[in-house]
Amino acid sequence: MTYSARRTRWLRALTAAALVLFVLALLMDFLYVGPEKEQGEAQRIFYVHLGSFLGAFISFGVSVLTGVMYLLRRDARWDVLSLSGVEMGLGFSGITILTGMAWAKPIWQTWWTWEPRLTSVAIMWLAYAAYMMLRAGIEDPEQRQRFAAVYSVLAFGSVVFTIIIVRVRPDTIHPVIAGPTQADPTGSFEVTGRIRDTLLFNLFVFAVITVALLWHRVRLENLARLVEQRKLQALTGHWGD
Amino acid sequence: MDSIISIRNLTKRYGVVPALRGLNLDVARGEFLALCGPNGSGKTTLIRILAALARPTGGTVQIGGWTLPAEAAYVRAHLGVVSHLPLVYDTLTAEENLLLFARLYNLPHDQRRERVEAVLRRVGLWRRAGDVVRTYSRGMVQRLAIARAILHDPAVLLLDEPYTGLDQDAAALLDALLGEVGAGGRTIVMTTHNLPRAHRLADRIAVLSQGRIVFDTPCSQVESGDLPALYADVTGSARAR
Amino acid sequence: MSAGPRKLRPLMPTWRAVLAIAWKDVRAELRGRELVSAMLLFTLITVLVFSLALELDANARRDAAAGVLWVTVAFAGILGLGRSLSAEYDRGSLDALLLAPIARSALFFGKLVGNLLFVLITALLLLVLLSVLFNLALVQPLLVLVVLLGCIGFTTSGTLIASMSVHARAREALLPVLLLPVALPVLIAAVRASGAIINDLPSDDWLPWLELLAAADVLFLAAAVALFDYVVEE
Repeated sequence: MTYSARRTRWLRALTAAALVLFVLALLMDFLYVGPEKEQGEAQRIFYVHLGSFLGAFISFGVSVLTGVMYLLRRDARWDVLSLSGVEMGLGFSGITILTGMAWAKPIWQTWWTWEPRLTSVAIMWLAYAAYMMLRAGIEDPEQRQRFAAVYSVLAFGSVVFTIIIVRVRPDTIHPVIAGPTQADPTGSFEVTGRIRDTLLFNLFVFAVITVALLWHRVRLENLARLVEQRKLQALTGHWGD
Repeated sequence: MDSIISIRNLTKRYGVVPALRGLNLDVARGEFLALCGPNGSGKTTLIRILAALARPTGGTVQIGGWTLPAEAAYVRAHLGVVSHLPLVYDTLTAEENLLLFARLYNLPHDQRRERVEAVLRRVGLWRRAGDVVRTYSRGMVQRLAIARAILHDPAVLLLDEPYTGLDQDAAALLDALLGEVGAGGRTIVMTTHNLPRAHRLADRIAVLSQGRIVFDTPCSQVESGDLPALYADVTGSARAR
Repeated sequence: MSAGPRKLRPLMPTWRAVLAIAWKDVRAELRGRELVSAMLLFTLITVLVFSLALELDANARRDAAAGVLWVTVAFAGILGLGRSLSAEYDRGSLDALLLAPIARSALFFGKLVGNLLFVLITALLLLVLLSVLFNLALVQPLLVLVVLLGCIGFTTSGTLIASMSVHARAREALLPVLLLPVALPVLIAAVRASGAIINDLPSDDWLPWLELLAAADVLFLAAAVALFDYVVEE
């Protein structure tokens, strides 16, 4: 299995587009929207914060859907996609947590506080870290892929939990942008025209970045597995069937 | 040929490591087949696939007209398996073990106790039936494992290295038992390293090497004394290839 | 003795296979008392360590009781679940059950019923223990209901995950790492509901959690039934 020049060109184009879009998004974050009227400059991090959460959500969504596909089809390509989704999701949700902490320090006067949303996001991250540990602990590749797919379904429960927890427990101090809430969060702001434009553009850009990175990761994993296979063939003589 | 087990082009890979590479095999109704071959030749993998404990990577396996693994549920009721693991609970007594499996194999309620007693008498364990299996010697555990395998009067008996760890007496008893159950018209597939024993007990000997059948002949057409040389020849030549 | 497969023996009704497998675990436990006694001793020690570490006065005890209860149940449960599954795996008896002509879900529920029984016994005795040591009236119907629902959710996800972790290297370490993040919705809901009930708060404060707990139980059971086949097949 090798990659056609055509597909490589597409991937390069997508990568370039993602980079340009990201620069544009940053320009918007810093130049197009003015400082928010209550939170000032600190609010600008919000676009990356929510954008990376969208990236994490897409990635984890991909991992659970392809995990189920793997269980139904038993094609290792679905497993590659599922693993890539988890890794991307870990990265993106890591960014979500770090940017959240950077924002919380000036607004909440603390890096971290134990309230439902933050706790559940931390647990979500741990669930996927556990996924990686499960993969590392199983020797037989077929069994590893199967168990990983099963666990990707279970771990997605923590993503759902993160999203619904602020609806079940409205005592969160975490701001809720979309949907109704009875909460009285600290650090909310009014979504004005320019803020909305910037937010929507950032979400779009992060979606594109997520797709591009996933593609790169899948390609890398495929090549790594190919190398593994070639190595084994070289060691054992020609054993393919 | 009226074959009860029919295997076509069977492959099994663990990740990229092949265990079975295009194996074809038929076993006739009532036949006793001995499977020999060096360690890692795929004997245990083959038995596990026949027992519906492992799923093939490719090819077809049929037992009694049912296809594995899709129709495994029907096949299981007619299979008895002895592996090198005891497959019994050492915290229960022999009788409790067999009563549990009598229930799981759905033997008629009113016949369970009689059947358990008959089988335990046959393997010479009836006097120790009330003792916890933990207190048994290796030979006794293996006899119990055989009792468990023939409890539901299966049409096909699969034995994976049943002589491992048995002393002379226990091995002689197992010889006699196998002769007895084989005489009842049961189909038996047994893996073993012991060529003279394979020749003495079985109707037919097949040799596996690197995931393929490399030698297959009725016992009547080969002298016991010629077997070691033949065996070295077929396994050695396969390895050199 | 016949030569070939005859007419199909009817597959055993699932609930009877479930009972047979659960009964086997109970039977072995009655004889050896290894699992429950280890879990109970662990529970006792954990509660003592908590009391010493937290140096609780009456009010603090009331506030901490729910947390102590569920943390202890979770860790004692992990102890029992890991042991219960590795006992099957190491002696090959899991293969023996897989060879039997029973539905995979019967196997799962058989192990689940056995495990649930042991975890429940531990949790209920822990309620009594905490009532005595923390001087609180914990043995009340509502709290027992929360314990029941919490144990169902925890043991369901635990039995499923322990069936996977048993195949892994360093499985004792892996089981809590895998199980706790997944079971956390259940544990959080159980802690919040228990806490509100222990503090005699109005039903508005514990009913949403109780509902969440029940919903999580249903979801976990459904997920486990759907996924267990994929875990045990090879």
